[in-house]
Amino acid sequence: MPETNLTSNLHLLLPEFLLATLAFAVFAIDLLLPANRKKLLAWVSVAGLIGLLALALALLWGENEEMYGGLIKVDSYALFFKSFFILLGIFIILSSVDYVGKHLSHPGEYYGLILFSVLAMNVMAASREILTAYVALELMSFSFYIMVSYARYNPRSNEAGIKYVLIGAFSSAILLFGISMLYSTIGVTHFADISATLANAGDASPALWVGLALILVGLGFKVAAVPFHMWAPDVYQGAPLPVTAYLAVGSKAAAFALMLRLFAEAFMPSIDDWQIIVAIIAAITMTVGNLVAIAQHNIKRLLAYSSIGQVGFLLVGIAALSETSPLASNGVMLHIVGYSFTNLAVFVGIIAFFNMTGKEEIADFSGLADRHPFLAAAMAIGMFSLAGLPFFAGFTTKFYLFTAAANEGLLWLAGLAIVNSLISLYYYQVEIRHMYIQPAPDMEGKLEPASAHNPHPPPVGGGAEDASRHSPTPLIIGVLILMVLGTFFVGVYPFPIVEALDAATSAILPGAGS
Amino acid sequence: MELFLTILFPFVGGVLLAFFPPNRGREIKLFSAFVAFSTLVLSIVIFALYDYREGGYQFTESFTWLEHPLNISFSLGLDGISAPMVLLTGIVMFAAILVSWNIEHRPKDFFVLLMMLVAGVYGTFVTRDLFFLFFFYELAVLPMYLLIGVWGSSSDFGTFIRTKEYGAMKLVLYLVAGSVLVWVSILAVYWAASQAGTPTFSLEELQSVEFNDGFKHFENLFFPFFMVGFGVLAGLWPFHTWSPDGHVAAPTAVSMLHAGVLMKLGAYGIIRVGMILLPDGADTWMPVLIGLGTVNVLYGAIAAMSQQDLKYVVGYSSVSHMGYVFMGIATLHPLGVGGAVLQMFSHGIMTALFFALVGVIYDRTHVRDIRVLEGLSKRMGFTAAFFAVAGLASLGLPGLSGFIAEFLVFVGVFEEYLPLAVLAVIGAAITAVYILRLLAKVFFGPISPRWEHLGEASKIEMGAIALLGFVLLFVGVWPLPFMDVINAGVSTIPGVS
Repeated sequence: MPETNLTSNLHLLLPEFLLATLAFAVFAIDLLLPANRKKLLAWVSVAGLIGLLALALALLWGENEEMYGGLIKVDSYALFFKSFFILLGIFIILSSVDYVGKHLSHPGEYYGLILFSVLAMNVMAASREILTAYVALELMSFSFYIMVSYARYNPRSNEAGIKYVLIGAFSSAILLFGISMLYSTIGVTHFADISATLANAGDASPALWVGLALILVGLGFKVAAVPFHMWAPDVYQGAPLPVTAYLAVGSKAAAFALMLRLFAEAFMPSIDDWQIIVAIIAAITMTVGNLVAIAQHNIKRLLAYSSIGQVGFLLVGIAALSETSPLASNGVMLHIVGYSFTNLAVFVGIIAFFNMTGKEEIADFSGLADRHPFLAAAMAIGMFSLAGLPFFAGFTTKFYLFTAAANEGLLWLAGLAIVNSLISLYYYQVEIRHMYIQPAPDMEGKLEPASAHNPHPPPVGGGAEDASRHSPTPLIIGVLILMVLGTFFVGVYPFPIVEALDAATSAILPGAGS
Repeated sequence: MELFLTILFPFVGGVLLAFFPPNRGREIKLFSAFVAFSTLVLSIVIFALYDYREGGYQFTESFTWLEHPLNISFSLGLDGISAPMVLLTGIVMFAAILVSWNIEHRPKDFFVLLMMLVAGVYGTFVTRDLFFLFFFYELAVLPMYLLIGVWGSSSDFGTFIRTKEYGAMKLVLYLVAGSVLVWVSILAVYWAASQAGTPTFSLEELQSVEFNDGFKHFENLFFPFFMVGFGVLAGLWPFHTWSPDGHVAAPTAVSMLHAGVLMKLGAYGIIRVGMILLPDGADTWMPVLIGLGTVNVLYGAIAAMSQQDLKYVVGYSSVSHMGYVFMGIATLHPLGVGGAVLQMFSHGIMTALFFALVGVIYDRTHVRDIRVLEGLSKRMGFTAAFFAVAGLASLGLPGLSGFIAEFLVFVGVFEEYLPLAVLAVIGAAITAVYILRLLAKVFFGPISPRWEHLGEASKIEMGAIALLGFVLLFVGVWPLPFMDVINAGVSTIPGVS
């Protein structure tokens, strides 16, 4: 590669540079703000991200260029995920504001870390070299290690942080070991070079396969695929709620953005060798995730297992990748988009509920439909969507993804995935039963025995005092409305998104013209 | 545009309802009734305008939804099989809204969900695309859990209780388990079509694909998936057990819509997807279907005979009558299949009428035990009279719609499977036994003193009941307009001769 290439198109990384600047700026402003004005940091971050989104779209639309001699590529795939992650960051920050104000100290670092993780995710989707991808993955993981243990005085959060760091370090080591095995056998780390080598390899050395397997295992830990999932429920339960939401949506989406590019651009030529392995992992992951979810009593653990199930669905798409058809790649990305809206709708509902009551057991949601009809409806919509019922994103994206799998001859896997959707419908309906059918427990009696004798007005509308103390803020309701609308939009009219996905897929799978 | 409106009316109606203030029960009901009435008028107009001489799909329209390689389009069309179903949906929906006038608990949510259910039903009947057929099919199942779980009722059998939550969960899981099979085979159909070079979800284009070319036993392998998958919703034995439990737990309007219309979706799916796409598979598997259908008829009738709960009687009677639909379909004989489609219409109206009447009685007596209900006709003459009409239609009395439909099915079965026809007639005889016994005991016997002060059905309920009764009579006396349309549809099904 000629020297000049290193700086000639450096402006294409402007969004990343500015994002890092923004993150540092948030850290700096935090030092200057008095304790009661910290909310400003959230608005600074959101405004900055919106500006960056506009900039990225204006600057990078239609670009298709390599940078740093091929370490990073700025193409429509990267742009798609860049926009996605920035939007995700905005929504996570917006849904965190109330929670952070109430339950967490040090908001400055919190928002700054979210910005850093968004930066890391952007690079993960853009990197075309396996060590660059690894470094980006680590940046994201480190941001998450801190955010998971952010509730300093909560032992569960600390425990979650420790577990996550240890498991994260462990899986990083495995991943790195796999990368080193790969490098030691074929001597290249660029995706394109790996692909070319694999295509000519014929019968490659066992060391290469061990390397690939270790990379798969390392990534499996990161996305919590079974049997590398044991950390997920504890970490999900212990982390502060908005972080759990971010972990469930953001870290998975980013890891799959990386995996999709890695498998499509680098490992595609040897798909016959790994397809069945990924398919089996997918099958085990979704089955275990959904079966174990049935037994959960804590809503965060339930969603942890349900998101393990969703990882299984996404792995179905990875297993169904094809050089000639864009369906599987589109399907993975479409499912990520739909799943994000849907899961955020559920999580934002739980955050709003937790802000009001401080509770998160499934039984605590009893009678929610009477007290907060909109909250209950939004969460029910999210859960129906997660279970894959129509009009909501879940149905459309699953149909797309499973069609892709069937089209590649993996009908058994698609069938198993559909059966898993049925299983998931059961436990979501149990949750919906609590919200809609079970009467509300006498919450006042439990919380404040002294006031138990006070006759409370009927739950509809609530008492005057109740209403002010026990009602979600307009901000969080606004985010919730957006998520529900997004869930409907993806479910009913995915056409514009699929157009964007076609462009993204053509960047990583040039042969899969649509 | 007409067909799109049948989906839009209830859908938009439901969305608008969601913005009503929750405590304005009366306005909510009036608006729902208005929407239902407009949809009914629209359905009647569509049915009347369908030109059976021309046949085929009419009122067609098509919008691309996802392009190549999925090729999903939102395309609508009405043929001779779906036209009576659209009319049925309109009638039952309007009647169901009318009998829901006494819903006081969260009326807004109830009617919103009911509207979504109906939008899904219409969508399934009028679509010409496999993806959207399944989309709307699932949409119709979606609100069921809440509709039954929130507004339903539990039954106490003394030694055990069947809770509404149980009924709701059982119903939904059974139906979705059925749609798992349907979904898998839809994916298989797309895959096979894609192998054959025509990746598409359009039913018409799929119809011309030779599935057995690519993979020798494809049709034989996947027809049972459709047959059982859709059959679950239609109450196919031995997958029918959700039906009595679910229908009993459900509120009146939901029982009416579910037994009256949704079960027909299942039978419709077998015809529209199974028989039309996979005719060779249908040919292979029809002997099995007719066997199961015969069991449906006999088992349902015998089970109905031994029930003590009035609603369970009607629930099992539905299972029994859906058996005639399966038998008719399985004959692959024009008369039999035509009779099956007419039976779908006729049974839809009849069972909706049954459930409406049971609802009226239960609202006043708070009892459904037929050992306790005695001589109600003295105080509820109108209700008793129409119960008799429904009952007589159910046992196939000439002059009512059930006779024509079942007669055609019998003729078809006689032509193809003589011994089973005998069993089917025995089933009809058992039906006569339990219906007449029920009428004699519950309505026309000596009145028990407990019911001396019972009131009659309200005017609105009477309207709904009279509407359904009138349709039963109309079809019984003058079935020609229906049979013309149905025959136009049946003649296009491959393999029916």
